[in-house]
Parts: sequence; C-alpha cells; structure tokens
Amino acid sequence: MTLTARPGLDRAGTPHLRKAEAALPGRELFPTRLRAWHIAAGVLFLLCSLLASVLVGPYHLPPAQVLAALASKIPLLHVRSGLGALGNADVWQIRAPSAVLGGLVGAMLAVAGASYQGVFANPLADPYLLGVAAGAGLGATVAIVYGPAAWASSLSPLPIAAFVGAVAAVAATFTLGRSRNGPRSPASLVLAGVAVAAFFTAVQTFIAQRQNSGDLEVVYNWILGGLSTAGWAPVELIAPYVAVSAAVLLACRRLLDALSVGDEEASSFGVHADRARLVVVVAATLGTAAAVSVSGLIGFVGIIVPHTIRLLAGPSYRRIIPLSLLFGAGFLVLANLAAGAVLSPEQIPLGVVTAFLGAPFFLVVLRQSRRMG
Amino acid sequence: MLEVDDVSVALGGTTVVSHVSARVPHGAWLGVVGPNGAGKSTLLRAVVGLVRYEGHIRLGGREYGPGELRARACAVAYVPQRPLLPRSMNVTDYVLLGRSAHHSYLGPETARDLSVTAGVLERLELSRLARRALGELSGGEQQRAVLARALVQEAPVLVMDEPTTSLDIGHAQLVLELADQLRRDNGLSVLCSLHDLTVAAQFADDLLVLSGGRAALLGKPAEVLTEANVKRFFGASVEVLPGLAGPVVSPIRHASSLEVTRAT
Repeated sequence: MTLTARPGLDRAGTPHLRKAEAALPGRELFPTRLRAWHIAAGVLFLLCSLLASVLVGPYHLPPAQVLAALASKIPLLHVRSGLGALGNADVWQIRAPSAVLGGLVGAMLAVAGASYQGVFANPLADPYLLGVAAGAGLGATVAIVYGPAAWASSLSPLPIAAFVGAVAAVAATFTLGRSRNGPRSPASLVLAGVAVAAFFTAVQTFIAQRQNSGDLEVVYNWILGGLSTAGWAPVELIAPYVAVSAAVLLACRRLLDALSVGDEEASSFGVHADRARLVVVVAATLGTAAAVSVSGLIGFVGIIVPHTIRLLAGPSYRRIIPLSLLFGAGFLVLANLAAGAVLSPEQIPLGVVTAFLGAPFFLVVLRQSRRMG
Repeated sequence: MLEVDDVSVALGGTTVVSHVSARVPHGAWLGVVGPNGAGKSTLLRAVVGLVRYEGHIRLGGREYGPGELRARACAVAYVPQRPLLPRSMNVTDYVLLGRSAHHSYLGPETARDLSVTAGVLERLELSRLARRALGELSGGEQQRAVLARALVQEAPVLVMDEPTTSLDIGHAQLVLELADQLRRDNGLSVLCSLHDLTVAAQFADDLLVLSGGRAALLGKPAEVLTEANVKRFFGASVEVLPGLAGPVVSPIRHASSLEVTRAT
C-alpha cells in the first residue's frame, strides 16, 4: 500500500494529513463534470428546434424567405427579408415568440422537475408537486370567470392571476408543511402539497361548474396548455423569473448531488441541507408558477426530460440541471410543433401531446424505481 | 483532540444522553459501548453536531455553534451506522462530497480537493474502483468508500458509529485495521461505537460504557470489561478471557438451555 498521507503537526500542534498535493495523482481522478460537447449538443438541439418551429406554421411561407427574414435581423449581415408585411408579421409576431416562449417554458418545467426530483429524492416528483398547478388553475379560472370580457383580447390579466394563484398555493403548502418541532421534512411538504392541491382544485371546479359553457371552454383550453401567442408580451413577462430561477438552480446543482446522501450525512460534511432544499424549492416553484401562468398546465416535461438525460449522461445533477434547461427548451418547442402539425391547421392542446408522450414514460420510470427500490 | 464536557441530549422531550463527559487526545481511540438504547449513537451524533445538546463539545479546543456546519466538518468527520448510498453515483463523486467544506459553497472542487481525494482513494485501495457506481460494490468496498468520504474531510477527529454493522468478520476487521492504521499514521482522535465488546477492546485505548444515557464506566478495556460489569450493564452472562490484544468476551449459554439441548 502506498502511503500518501502521513502524520504531521502544524504550528498549532494539530495533527493533519500532510498537504502534499503535488505528489498526489489528483489528475487521474475523473469527477463527473459537464463537458463542452454536452453543452454543444444541447445548444444544437435547441437551435434546430427553434429553427424548425419558425420555419413551419399553419400558413405556408417559403422556408428560404423565412430564413432570409431571420438573417435580416442579424447585425452586419446585410440580407433583405423576402417576406411581405403579412409574412413578416407571421414570423416575428407569432412563430418566433411562440418558439421562444416554448423554449422558456420547456426549460423551466424540465429544470424544475429535475430539481424537485433531487430535493425530494423521488424520481417521480414533478414541477407541480407542491400545488403549483392547482393554484394556477384556480387563479386562471377566477380571471376568466370574473374578469371583464375585454381582457380576453388585450394584455390578459390571466397570467398574473394564474401566477398569484400558484404562489398562494405554494405558500399555503409551505405553511402547512412546517413540522411543529423543526424544519419542513420532504414528506410533510409533499403531503401538504397534496392537500392544498385537492382543496384548490375543488374550489376551481366549484367556480367553473357554475359558469356558462363559453367560460368553461376557455378554462379547459387554458388548463390543457398551449403556447399560442401574438406578440412578445408573455415572453417579456416570464423571462426574468425563468432567468433568475434557472440561475439559482444552476448554482445549486452540486448541492443537489450532496442531498442524495440524506440530510444528516450532508450536514456532517458541511452542507446546510434544509437551507439548500428551501432555496431550490422556492426557485423551482417561482419559475414554474411564472411558466404555467402563460402556458397553462403542460404536464410530464419535468419527468421526460430529466430522466432521458439521466439515462444518457449519468445521475449527477451537475449534468442533469444544465442539460435539462437546454433539452427541455428544445423538447417543448418540438412538442408544440407536433401539436400544430398533426391535425394541421387545427392545433392539438400542447398538454395533450406531452401527456401522450409522458404517460408511458412515467410508467417506465415507475417500474424502474420499483425495481431499484 | 476531542473534549465532551457534561453533555446531555433530549430527543422529543426524553433525555437520551445525560451529563456525559469524556476526552479523546490526539492519536487516541475511545470506544463507546453499551446495551441497545443506551444513547451511543446519539452521543456520537451530538459530537458531529447533528443533534442539539446541552453542555460543551470542544474539537481541537474550539466549540462550534449549530450553524457552523462547514467549520465543524473541517474539525470532525463522521462514518454513520447505516450510510445512505446513492447507488448510481460513482465512487469518485461520492468521496469528493466529503470535500464540500473545503471549497466554495456553490463552486467546483479545486485541484487540491482532487489530489487529497486521489490520495485517500489510493490509501484505501479504492483507486481501481474510482469510476464504479456505489451500487456495484461489495459491502466491504462500500464501507471503505464511506470511510474515504470521511477521511477526505481532513478532520483531526473521526467519529464512527458501528462501522462494521453490515460487514462479515473479514471485512469488519479490514475496515477497523485501516481506521486504526490511519489513526496511528495521522494522529487522528477516534470515537467509535461498537456492539462487539471483544473487538471494541482490541482497538480502543479506553472504553466508555453508556447505560441509560449515563456514562457508567470509563477506563482501560481490561478494567472495564469484567464479567460482573458485563452482567450488570448488558444483562449477559459472559466469560472474560485474557487475549493477545485485550480481553476476550465470550458469552456463556444459559445452563437451562444447555440441559435441554443435551437431553434432545
């Protein structure tokens, strides 16, 4: 056995492992890190998805002209858009904002799903675990049912109401999930989330059921999720939340690995497990609430994307978190493309497409976790 | 150097450890023994700062508050009784978690973290398993990985709670010999709870017997492990024989059961 650490005393007389790093073969270690090619693959996937999403739409536009229109916006590249005013409006006010919105929402839902799975040590945890969906659903229903009709066409207060509902639900979950004698345990938070979600859903169903069929249709269309937008307002609305939330979750990715050994062991090597969990859950929840407020309830993104990445790039959150952002964005942009293309010119609700893909995936993950558990 | 001074721990309103004092100098090994529920694990968890306690616990002469997890992790390392092993995590990533208190809270590991980890992996003969998932390792290899994670903390005090619980006799011996060698080489102060009194006596300089949360006895293994003391604190009939490395505690089967066995 080669002895690489021998006894020694420092000036204070404290024994320590000799600091002989130069002699130690540290370079032979290969800790899991995010590699440049991982990022390159994710960026390429996202760019291709965005491009495909802008090139394809319900109204046919020649791809070459759409490409020229995109190139015309690149500084120092003197290309003239070949599209007319209507085509330009279609590209820049409908296709491009929808694609970018899809990217933001997909990135947020995927990274929130991965984070929840990390902090709750549960492979089936999703971004809606703590009542976000039910709260947003109630907020949206209240806005649709009780809001003035004129709101439907201008900048809608619906996202704001949905956001407020989502945050209220999660605040209720946090308040109820607090243990009497200490910090919130993951199990008590999840149980509180189930109770709050059930209550908010009951209130939402009660309000929706008493309305006319027109309002009901709007409510259910919102619940089924979609990214149809005219203009950049929803993008501007959620971009700051998604950016801050994603930045916090990216910064915490190593802590998520540390939490996988349990709170007590993590504390023993210096990680404040309860603080880390709180920061991650708050960031993931706020970002999800913002995303859901403009997209409606799009399920399974937070399960499909992180688990696929886990399968391909390993179990470390150092890779899962950043790659979930990139691939989650690309995935939802493509899913939205499929939602528009399958029964074109009709648009299938996006939540239906992700559920079609996600439900079987969910079962596979469930079977795997049963086998492992 | 570890000093436990009049430490009491209450869990859920029940006193589990009551006014315990002990001292583990540099390079010494204090074994903690006692019947089930005596408060051994709780005392060890208090030393690591995982439960709130009354009294004073000094590590290298310094007391650490409940919020000073990072500073404390540089002063004391912990091998839990039943470590939670993420089965798909590889050995390198797992052991590197032990360096969390040495680099910036959110940042990546430094070159020094990697070199210390590489050194410990080599020392514990884990280098060839560095890329393997924890779930693929044998029980003995997993326990060495847990010990490695504790050792990369470079803390002068090592606390081990029943580190051989899930190991066969060969692997148990290997892990304890390794810890003992590291203690001698690096001048670690070791606080270790063990169920097996013979094994505890072989490795410990002193033994602390806990009973009902109180420090019932503290002294050299040969003084502490007498037939009368084992009967009194463990309720066990034993024969204590002189061994090469310390007293050997051998259970004596009750006469009534022996008679039944012989009759059949």
